[in-house]
Amino acid sequence: MTITAGSRTQNRFTPIVQVLRDVVARPSGAIGLTLVCLHLILALISPMIVAYDYKATNSSMMLTGPDAAHWLGTDHLGRDVFTRVLLGGREALLVTGVATPIAVTWGGFLGILFGLVGGRIDEVLMRFVDAFLSLPWILKMLVLIVTFGTGVEVLIPTLAFFYGIPVIRIARAATHDVIARDFVSAARARGHGRMTIIWRELLPNVLDTLMVEGAMRWSWMLLAFSSLSFLGFGVSPPTPDWGLMIADARGFMSFAPWGVLGPVIALSSLIIGINLTADALAKALGIDRAQKAPV
Amino acid sequence: MLRMLLRRLALGAITVAIVSIIIFSGVELLPGDACTAFLEREAKGKLLENCREAQGLNRGPIERYLDWAISAVQGDLGVSANGQKSITELVGNRLKNSLLLAASSLALGVPLAIFLGVITGLWRDRPIDLTLSTLAIFAMTIPEFVSATVLILVFSVWLGWLPGIVLTPAHAPAIEFFPEILLPVIVLTMVMTAHILRMVRSSVIEVMAGDYVQMATLKGVPYWRIVFRHALPNALLPAINVVALTVAWLLGGVVVIEVVFNYPGLGRMIIDSISDRDLPVVQAIALIVATVYVGVNLSADLLTMFANPRLRTLYMRRK
Repeated sequence: MTITAGSRTQNRFTPIVQVLRDVVARPSGAIGLTLVCLHLILALISPMIVAYDYKATNSSMMLTGPDAAHWLGTDHLGRDVFTRVLLGGREALLVTGVATPIAVTWGGFLGILFGLVGGRIDEVLMRFVDAFLSLPWILKMLVLIVTFGTGVEVLIPTLAFFYGIPVIRIARAATHDVIARDFVSAARARGHGRMTIIWRELLPNVLDTLMVEGAMRWSWMLLAFSSLSFLGFGVSPPTPDWGLMIADARGFMSFAPWGVLGPVIALSSLIIGINLTADALAKALGIDRAQKAPV
Repeated sequence: MLRMLLRRLALGAITVAIVSIIIFSGVELLPGDACTAFLEREAKGKLLENCREAQGLNRGPIERYLDWAISAVQGDLGVSANGQKSITELVGNRLKNSLLLAASSLALGVPLAIFLGVITGLWRDRPIDLTLSTLAIFAMTIPEFVSATVLILVFSVWLGWLPGIVLTPAHAPAIEFFPEILLPVIVLTMVMTAHILRMVRSSVIEVMAGDYVQMATLKGVPYWRIVFRHALPNALLPAINVVALTVAWLLGGVVVIEVVFNYPGLGRMIIDSISDRDLPVVQAIALIVATVYVGVNLSADLLTMFANPRLRTLYMRRK
């Protein structure tokens, strides 16, 4: 890594503009950020530009191939696939876009707090974190979703809660790296309170890690969200969603592959975009992302 | 040494105990119980009471938890809500099939990942590294059901090389899953390889920049001798932990893949039993999976510690 940990700590908040410039300067960052922005813009304007009604079925136009009127053909109910692909990311982006900041905030705060406090409480909390992490994400989420339904108001808190737990770990580890530094001891010697130390000394130094972590959590959440839709536990029809569309179109893919390929390309390009951006961001901030666990 | 081993084992056991409490209270908090799920619409009055009586559901939660936990330790996971069958029997075949899937993917993925990881690490930022590293990001971030669907489309539907769906029943012997198991194994291997490759790569880069490698180079030790004798043993050690975490991930990621390929493993059973609200089965599977996770991580920690003399002495001196 070209930027060492020491040089990072000198300026408290690495200026956003400078980081952004650094990210865009890398090919992966430029491509990734373009893909992400494209998806965000599309999600915002797609309801205004689509040519068809996403839920209008047409029994005389089932599973037709791509042509000038229907760029990606129609699905098994005669709905325009291109329209549904354009609209299919809105729900996913809304849910994960709200849940990610919440997850990073509460997980990050608890992680920093317990990293600073340490001792018995910390030990006990980490056992609980370990215990939660040892259960597969899909099992935890499914139990809650089956019980409380699949609405946005359930998915957001569920995702925000479960994806905040690994953040505790990351933030705690990052805090431990910072806490031994002289400026923390100096702040303690000056008699600053815990919250002041967290806010003024620890947070600025842990923020880089949390930013990269947030980008990663976002991509894992999208993966979880679309997997849930695919399994039939996410967005309910007829709302267009890529995971659900892939699940529906899979049965017809031997003679109508466009129904699968459209949402596959849309979903993949968004997730790859986020990850390329996260990768470039990590490199720009000097954080080794490869050391992270696949949770 | 022995004390450290015991300490680690105890910590693992505590984690499993906490998990079991979380699982039990999680299921407890859900509305309804095994009896309401079994009786469905007739779940009222006398019938419901009789059923609860028969299943021992009218006892207090702590008593029921202890009962469940103690029999689970003895290998008895209780009976399913709807089938009235022994869960241990029900889960056995499924667990075997899932382990077969995981083991095949590991056997294929780990050597491949280490090989590719070393190559990308040694030829850092060269075309081969950039290609493989980019492919790795693709492989590890695209949802499993997407890559599985694309592979089925290409290899099964268009080329007709491999079967795209598993039709073998759950109780069939392992050999009969061939060749149906190939596509699911390939999907799992792709994701797993990507994770381990990235880790090995960064570890190789770090080690090759070390002082002792530079020292060996200056002394005139041949490049490949440095790589094999000095660098790789150090670089590969951290890979043990990543492999362990990947195994843990396999247990969750496998759920989606088993559904996509209709593979009769534990993952599909999770989905089925959650849909059927078969809470005792959900509880049992959650406990098994969590135990495997803790066990695998524990073994990886211990293995790393025994394999690395520096960590070994460090740990002993500290304690």
